[in-house]
Amino acid sequence: MGRYLLRRLGQMIVVLLGATLILFACLFVIPGDPVGSLAGSERSRDPAVVEQLHKRYGLDKPLIVQYGTYVNKLVHGDMGEDYTQRRPVAEILGPKLVNTSKLAIAAIVFDAVIGAGVGALAALKRYSLWDTVVTLITTILVGFPTFVIGMLMLNLFAVQLKWVPVIGDPSDPVQVVLPAITLAIIDAALVARLMRGTMLEVLRADYVKTAIAKGVPRRQVLLKHVMRNSVIPVVTYIGISFGSLLGGAIITETIFNWDGIGMAMSTAIQQQNNPIVVGVATWGVAIFVLLNLVVDLLYAMLDPRIRLS
Amino acid sequence: MAKSEESAAGAALLQVDDLQVEFVTRDGVARAVNGVSYSVGAGETLAVLGESGSGKSVTAQAVMGILDMPPGRITGGRVLYRGQDLLTMPEEQRRRIRGRKIAMIFQDALSALNPVFSVGWQLGEVFRVHEGMSKKDSLRRAVELMDRVRIPAAAQRVNDYPHQFSGGMRQRIMIAMALALEPDLIIADEPTTALDVTVQAQVMDLLAELQAEYNMGLILITHDLGVVADVADKIAVMYAGRIVETAPVHELYAGPAHPYTKGLLRSIPRLDQKGQDLYAIKGLPPSLLHIPDGCAFNPRCERAADRCRAELPLLQAVLDEDGADLPGRRSACHFWKETLHG
Amino acid sequence: MTDDKTTTTPVSGKVVPQQRKDRTPAAGSAEPAIKVVKEWQEVWHRFAANKLALVGLVLVVGLLLTAVFAPLIAPHDPLKQDLMNTLKPPSGEHLFGTDILGRDQLSRVIYGSRIAVIVGVVSIVLTLLIGVVLGAIAGYYGRFYDTLTMRVADVFFAFPLLIGAIIIITVTGRGVWPVVLSLAIFGWATVARLLRSSVLSAREMDYVHAARALGAGHARVILRHILPNSIAPVVIYGTFNVGTAVVAEASLSYLGVGVSPEVPEWGNMLAAGRGFIGVYDYMWTLPSLAVVLTSLGFIFVGDGVRDALDPKLR
Repeated sequence: MGRYLLRRLGQMIVVLLGATLILFACLFVIPGDPVGSLAGSERSRDPAVVEQLHKRYGLDKPLIVQYGTYVNKLVHGDMGEDYTQRRPVAEILGPKLVNTSKLAIAAIVFDAVIGAGVGALAALKRYSLWDTVVTLITTILVGFPTFVIGMLMLNLFAVQLKWVPVIGDPSDPVQVVLPAITLAIIDAALVARLMRGTMLEVLRADYVKTAIAKGVPRRQVLLKHVMRNSVIPVVTYIGISFGSLLGGAIITETIFNWDGIGMAMSTAIQQQNNPIVVGVATWGVAIFVLLNLVVDLLYAMLDPRIRLS
Repeated sequence: MAKSEESAAGAALLQVDDLQVEFVTRDGVARAVNGVSYSVGAGETLAVLGESGSGKSVTAQAVMGILDMPPGRITGGRVLYRGQDLLTMPEEQRRRIRGRKIAMIFQDALSALNPVFSVGWQLGEVFRVHEGMSKKDSLRRAVELMDRVRIPAAAQRVNDYPHQFSGGMRQRIMIAMALALEPDLIIADEPTTALDVTVQAQVMDLLAELQAEYNMGLILITHDLGVVADVADKIAVMYAGRIVETAPVHELYAGPAHPYTKGLLRSIPRLDQKGQDLYAIKGLPPSLLHIPDGCAFNPRCERAADRCRAELPLLQAVLDEDGADLPGRRSACHFWKETLHG
Repeated sequence: MTDDKTTTTPVSGKVVPQQRKDRTPAAGSAEPAIKVVKEWQEVWHRFAANKLALVGLVLVVGLLLTAVFAPLIAPHDPLKQDLMNTLKPPSGEHLFGTDILGRDQLSRVIYGSRIAVIVGVVSIVLTLLIGVVLGAIAGYYGRFYDTLTMRVADVFFAFPLLIGAIIIITVTGRGVWPVVLSLAIFGWATVARLLRSSVLSAREMDYVHAARALGAGHARVILRHILPNSIAPVVIYGTFNVGTAVVAEASLSYLGVGVSPEVPEWGNMLAAGRGFIGVYDYMWTLPSLAVVLTSLGFIFVGDGVRDALDPKLR
């Protein structure tokens, strides 16, 4: 396990370095030179001032040095200043990340508990009315984009039923429910389908027959032998879906006016506040890579065939 | 017809009586077991022989209570363990018998062992479930069991996972698991089929040795006549969900009383046949959805007559040339006499 | 439903059979070997056995026809503003009302199918092209190429699709082609991984060894022997993901980094309708329906393609 962890950590660092290269390249070619705008409009700008600013921000150095500086700053949490408020990007995004985390964690819990639970129940009660209804709903639900779900939810619960305000308040735990369901429900449908399929397969597996033949009570067969094997693909899937979850968070937060990094990115796009855009992207990539590592380790813990190979 | 079959070894440990099992499939109802009766006593080995689809494994699964239901369903018959019908018994009572009194060994140990638990955990589970043993104690017993089936370095390997063992070692673990509570009866479903030939003999010997030691009944399900000869006391040959012939093992080899058995014996390669073409029964086993009328074997049988296509032959007593009853021998062929003596 | 309805309008109803007549002889004149015909018949048979796949096919064909014949179907010019008639509820003139600039909603949704088809199809074709070439090289040549390609793939894989696309478009500016490009840039890695693993297993097949032993060159071995036997998972992935690409494109436009705001496009329409939830719902319901049906259509077809090409995967 230790060696596996080390290998995965090494891979992660390589991936993160590669990703920073792409992000750096984007920062470098992004239209609207930050120094230029600091030095005033293009016509009135004083070449001496521009040069001085270039020097101050290290833009006169070779690219490789600039990249080094950029990575070094990034490691220390410095992502530069934004254009509109002239405040450090990390400082602006920090509190918003907490709000996004609340949303994301609620969504993942929903996926794992409701999605897997619904799927497991459908598998156990195969061919029942419940199974049919679950299959039908999940089949249709996977075709719904997040923004459509969000607008339908907002219309129904905030506008028509007035159960929640249109602008979400992240400090109210009740209000996380609607955006979290919006963010989670498509993946939950997929998780439910995956769980149902996997579990039907596991229920037919020889080792389940062995357990019954050993005289293990049915409850224990289900909870230990069946569940343990059925959750493995589900855990992997939830790991893969983090990417779409982060993308979905941008949309969901925009719809529900949820003050997280997703809405910050969406607002920054409108204002062409590029440091924020790149900042959110950087964090997004870092979080995605880190969570994937966590899922891989979880996967290895659950499946000895991976851990010991 | 099952009554007289109660073995000479005393009251039967397990008696299957006119068992019927079918599977509901998309294409119709497949009749997998059509009135099978057999019995096995303590210390006795019954070999159930047949091709895949003959119903031999389904019968065993029905006895064990591990049939997939649905699509399978038991439509008739009884399964008596020491006189009690397992099929009508409350589930909890039956569960206590499973693993403790009747245990099973599966064909493919790799798929029959749970990939995510250590072998020690899985062996120990038997003790934890049936005897309420602690985790630690059950693990100690697991090591003892692994020693018992001669797995080298058992104490070091008890926490290893199934995929880390060789095929032969995994099958030894399955045997150990079945033996754990010294059951009265073991059902072994093709226990050596998935193994290399050299390992097959070792595993079979181990099984026979342990059976003798604990005086267990053994139902050995196989398609391999070679495996049967050395270990079995009596044989039941199955075809298309029915028993077509039963006999003490040596008598069956000496003179089969059913054309199907005769065909099976002829298709074993023998050294003295060197240079000759190997015999094979023509045709294929029937689809269980459309079992032929009359004798199910008639389309493949060299002796088939009009009567075989019209009238289902029942298992009947087999007599020697002087007309005396041959104990334990039955054949479901209209022409058993011609087959045995002709 | 939009897609269904439009194909049954009299205009397109006349056009469809005509097009079929043109195509049948062309396909017949190729005279492929009987075996191939049989194989494809079987593939079609497996596809058609999946009822949802047939529903999906109807939706997808409906979308394609709508896109091709948009000028004939659309009752109005999708760009024509009518500031005297803004935010009008449905009427005989405007079946689904007008937007904030008085443009006909139905016509804009109909024209929106063109962006969906272009972005969906072109971005997936591009994704598959990059992924197949790099995946085949990695899987076939192995060693250095394999390591390099797969590590690069890992890096692109680390970007959630939407986030990756946003930063690319921040650099390039909005437009159809930046969207197409960015979806391909952050999509190829999955395809490359898929193809690499099937090439790895195909490479060890006896017929490939045989072809090599008979002196076939690398290019020939890859193109004639390995690719045809390892392409199925990629084709399945591609079909499924046309819908994903359409949704991603609409999401980008919704966030203001897709196609230009004046272009009739579903994400743009939804973004415009966001402020009118509960007030003027025609702004977002029709384009929502269009996105959902398109997305579902490709998912269902993908399901059928999977059944048809790889029954084992069911």
